[in-house]
Amino acid sequence: MTDNTPTVSGSEASEAPRSAMARFLDSDLLHSFLSSKVTVLAAFTTVVLMLAALFAPLIAPFNPFDLAQISILDARIPPIGMEWSDSRYLLGTDDQGRDLLSGILYGMRISLAVGFLSVAFAAVLGISLGLISGYVGGRTDAIIMRIAEVQLTFPAILLALLIDGIANGIFGNIDRETWAIWILTFSIGLSFWVQYARTVRGSTLVEKNKEYVQAARVIGIPAWIIMIRHVLPNVLGPVLVIATINLALAIITEATLSFLGVGVPSTQPSLGTLIRIGNDFLFSGEWWIAIFPGLALAILVLAVNLLGDWLRDALNPKLR
Amino acid sequence: MFGFISRRIAMALVVMFVVALISFLLFRFVGDPVNQMVGIETTPEQREALRQRLGLNDPVLVQFFRYVLGAIQFDFGNSYQFKQPVADLIGRRLPATLELSFASAIFALLLGIPMGVYTGLNRDSWLSKMFLSVSLVGISLPTFFIGILFIFFFSVTLQWLPSFGRGEVVALGSFWDTGFLTISGLKAIILPAITLGLYQMTLIMRLIRAEMLEVMRTDHIKFARARGLPNRSVYYIHALKNTMVPVITITGLQLGSIIAFAIITETVFQWPGMGILFLQAVQNVDIPIMAAYLLLTAFIFVFINLIVDILYVVIDPRLRTERGRA
Repeated sequence: MTDNTPTVSGSEASEAPRSAMARFLDSDLLHSFLSSKVTVLAAFTTVVLMLAALFAPLIAPFNPFDLAQISILDARIPPIGMEWSDSRYLLGTDDQGRDLLSGILYGMRISLAVGFLSVAFAAVLGISLGLISGYVGGRTDAIIMRIAEVQLTFPAILLALLIDGIANGIFGNIDRETWAIWILTFSIGLSFWVQYARTVRGSTLVEKNKEYVQAARVIGIPAWIIMIRHVLPNVLGPVLVIATINLALAIITEATLSFLGVGVPSTQPSLGTLIRIGNDFLFSGEWWIAIFPGLALAILVLAVNLLGDWLRDALNPKLR
Repeated sequence: MFGFISRRIAMALVVMFVVALISFLLFRFVGDPVNQMVGIETTPEQREALRQRLGLNDPVLVQFFRYVLGAIQFDFGNSYQFKQPVADLIGRRLPATLELSFASAIFALLLGIPMGVYTGLNRDSWLSKMFLSVSLVGISLPTFFIGILFIFFFSVTLQWLPSFGRGEVVALGSFWDTGFLTISGLKAIILPAITLGLYQMTLIMRLIRAEMLEVMRTDHIKFARARGLPNRSVYYIHALKNTMVPVITITGLQLGSIIAFAIITETVFQWPGMGILFLQAVQNVDIPIMAAYLLLTAFIFVFINLIVDILYVVIDPRLRTERGRA
């Protein structure tokens, strides 16, 4: 590294303006990415799975939600390669005759959607509270950080379960099918905000005493604009790492809650719901109904975890 | 030192107060307790009378103090679904959960510590690499899926171990049924305990490994070697001892998560513990059980955190001045 390649956080004020793409192609980040085979494989797997989930309606051989396409006569057909298998169903069918591969693709869609939405929710909430906490300080800071500390004593999964239960108690009389996913997203998001808030607060405390913030304050810019426009871009680096690792956690949490039967309703099965359904058939020998969705979930989470691990090491200047 | 401990205790009390407040608000305002206790044909007058008798018309503050006073004496009201006192329901299931948590903590420590020491000392051996990659996969697999895989291999395919329940239990005293004294009880606890403890085991292993790598570089290890001490006593007496501080902290904190994750393991293995009770309560919006469970787990967590915080300072003198001020 003898040339003056810009670092990821980017403080290249003196350089001639280059396009973002050119800067990216020349960065340490790309180099470190390409030199780790495991990471490239993990990224490839993640992208393939996400695309498959996104385009599930185009790729999947069947639509598991279309009642006209499923027949109970096709129920519990084993995957290809086993006795009694059917060439139409690559991974076999579940108890209602739905194609398992299609079910997994559609299920991954819901798992990923809940994962992304709850991470976004947690990030927005955590970043806002962290910014306010760090920038305003004083009593506001003390209150927010006390709440965070209290929440940290409980494992996220327990909190998500509780919030889900409470939300269903409060909104008990409304339509469960449409709202379950949003309630779930809300519960998972709410149980993960603390980490963002603590990290952002820490870096805000550092940034707030720098000259550019003081200059902005001197010329009379209101506090909320300073926070959003000046401080925020400079504290976002570590947030990306937390978000990636949290995505894997959020997917696991969603799957767990759905497996426990408090997550998404079985009319819109996520991977966790599929595993719960399959669990009932484990003893009668139909192992594929639970095992294939479980493997899909495990591969997805492992790939995202590996990406997160790499990102953490790559963005951490201490390890360079 | 004294100031630090009293500050921590004050903090713990504040947390418990907040949790009690939340759990009271839940108990009182989410869902109408009267509606849950009476049938549809009850007249408004009867409802009002019941309301008066339960004290629901008193000022909220009075009700809150009554709730806290009740909770201190293990009176959490009646469950909506079972129409029985919540304390009895929880009390009957607590032993099962505690035995499961205990067994899995023992499993995690007995395997995690030696594996951590080994991987820390032999960084490049193939066995270490295998331990580490298996542990990464173990962390990525959700607990419930590990449980399902275990059931599939050891119960369905090999038929070695039972897949559900506690087996035969023996009554110890009036309220504690133990599964540790019968063969079937011991067999039944193996799979759930391993499922529950696996994550903690990998965590302890990785932690000890990192600490060992650090400690082996320090001077006192070099001097211990220079004194001609055998490897075994250098590793296990001089090195391992110095890795224990973070291990105690993390293990303590993990005890709390074991109780939380027991909900999942109990569901997979149909283990008749507190977790299943709580899950049923969440599904059926049985608020008294949820509120009581919240209070009880909060108490356990806060208590463990307090002990760990105090232990931390007692064990490591370097932290006394630093953390005493925080």
